Amino acid sequence: MTPPKLILTELEQAMLAGEHGPAIAMCMRLIVGVAKANQATRLIEIESAHADGCLYHGIAGLEYTEKLVELGGKVKVRTTTNVSSLDLLHPDLVHADATLATNGRRLMDAHLALGCEATWTCAPYQTGHRPEFGTQIAWAESNAIVFANSVLGARTDRYGDFLDISAAIVGRVPFAGLHTDEGRKAALVLDFSGISRELLEEESAWPAIGALLGDIAESKVAAIIGLPGDLSDGGLTEDRLKGLGATAASAGGVGLFHIVGVTPEAPTLAAVVNAKVETIKISTAQLRASRDRLTTAVGDDLDAVSLGTPHFSLAEFENLAKELEGGDKFLPSIDFYVSTSRGVLERAEALGYAQILKNAGGRIVTDTCTYVTPILNPKIKTVMTNSGKWAWYAPGNLGIETILGSVKECIASARAGKLVRNDALWF
Amino acid sequence: MLSGSKSLTGRALHPGSSSGELLILDQPISFWGGVDHHGVIIDVHHPQCGVSVAGKVLVMTSGRGSSSATAVLAELIRAKKAPAAMIFTECDTILVIGALVSAELYQIQMPMVELTADSYAEIPKSGSISVAAETENMIGLIKWLE
Repeated sequence: MTPPKLILTELEQAMLAGEHGPAIAMCMRLIVGVAKANQATRLIEIESAHADGCLYHGIAGLEYTEKLVELGGKVKVRTTTNVSSLDLLHPDLVHADATLATNGRRLMDAHLALGCEATWTCAPYQTGHRPEFGTQIAWAESNAIVFANSVLGARTDRYGDFLDISAAIVGRVPFAGLHTDEGRKAALVLDFSGISRELLEEESAWPAIGALLGDIAESKVAAIIGLPGDLSDGGLTEDRLKGLGATAASAGGVGLFHIVGVTPEAPTLAAVVNAKVETIKISTAQLRASRDRLTTAVGDDLDAVSLGTPHFSLAEFENLAKELEGGDKFLPSIDFYVSTSRGVLERAEALGYAQILKNAGGRIVTDTCTYVTPILNPKIKTVMTNSGKWAWYAPGNLGIETILGSVKECIASARAGKLVRNDALWF
Repeated sequence: MLSGSKSLTGRALHPGSSSGELLILDQPISFWGGVDHHGVIIDVHHPQCGVSVAGKVLVMTSGRGSSSATAVLAELIRAKKAPAAMIFTECDTILVIGALVSAELYQIQMPMVELTADSYAEIPKSGSISVAAETENMIGLIKWLE
């Protein structure tokens, strides 16, 4: 069997040969190498990129990025930056050692030197970078990938370190996977019509749906039926889809899901499935089991609350401020963090939401996140969060016990100094 | 071909040529969080926890987990603690990127080959094995002595 051959245009061949400079040639070698491994037959042009290589993982990532700077590399398309290892606006919050502080900063600076925007957020789509329906893009960061594909209907494969910035510099990616019509069809259907409407109005139902989706779909595309509401009626909000997707991308390798009647590529089930595919009916017990996997703590002791993974949106800030206003402060024994982008923070400050949070005793983290860099006090053992993604990664990353709850429950718990959660609807 | 020597042909994912002792993983592993900077498996849920992958010809169905595995593999290759070669049944792009980056930065070529499930089953359980891969025609050759 002869493997499919990758065909490059004349321009792409010249880029690979170094006629457009050494940085473009270096990036083309990576893109072409990946295209061959993935059996792509051509490259396609992209309209935007989101780079996650700005979070420091070691010398290789730093040397790759700085080499591109040295060789005169510049991004060809709009490129936003993901969270970094540091909070440049609140430097005292991150307890970075000397290596992380120095190399983390060098890595951020190298991305800016390549022409990336200093957004430092995992939710670029909520601070002004929203690719249009159908556009081809190269995004990294699993929650941003699944959001761009599913909620916006833009098209990106699951990219990560090195490939993201290289694609931005050459403005191209291999035409494969989720870039293609075929790759975006659902391979299975999940039916949620057996779950009560009241339970679906619970905030925690959405990360639980995400965990279940990740578990069942792994890295396959799934179509979801039987969920009520649409994006405009205040029920199935954008932030709920954000939480669902982020959790699905953590528990599995989900890069795209369709919610029939809600997400833009799925006006009908027929629009997203090819042939007859398996339909799995979801029970309340299954959903509860998924929610319970996101809680590792036993008992009601609590040391901290962490909200904003992915980064808090302005709408989430508004809701938080409403819940907090006029109420008690958090107990001093509870550290209360909200992670967000500097872009959203600026607006949350202008609208007074940030001050309401600070008055209650909360702290705001920007440019990074509480689970990817040393922020939490080492004495903290148990953390409550509204984020399925945070709950998925924190036990392994930080050795912390987690409790999943709604924002309301997180606030009530922080005021009481111990877990307050209403489980009635789950049984 | 020498008497007693056996070979298999697969699809080359990354070029290079090397050899080493076989290490067949019972389960896939995520390099991020699953392998430390000495090349030792540290995932406590993995049946081969404590085994070193450094210098071995690592055989597994595919990688697993985070895209940060790219950076971890590149670091291992840089520190010369990486496997000598890798063999999969399913192309793992995340790990291929790690090999491409290391070739670019450190001029170290780690061969990677994808085998069909049938060929995969013919790989011996242990012993020394050599892997040669070229990506011009995407051919990967695996050889060992019986």
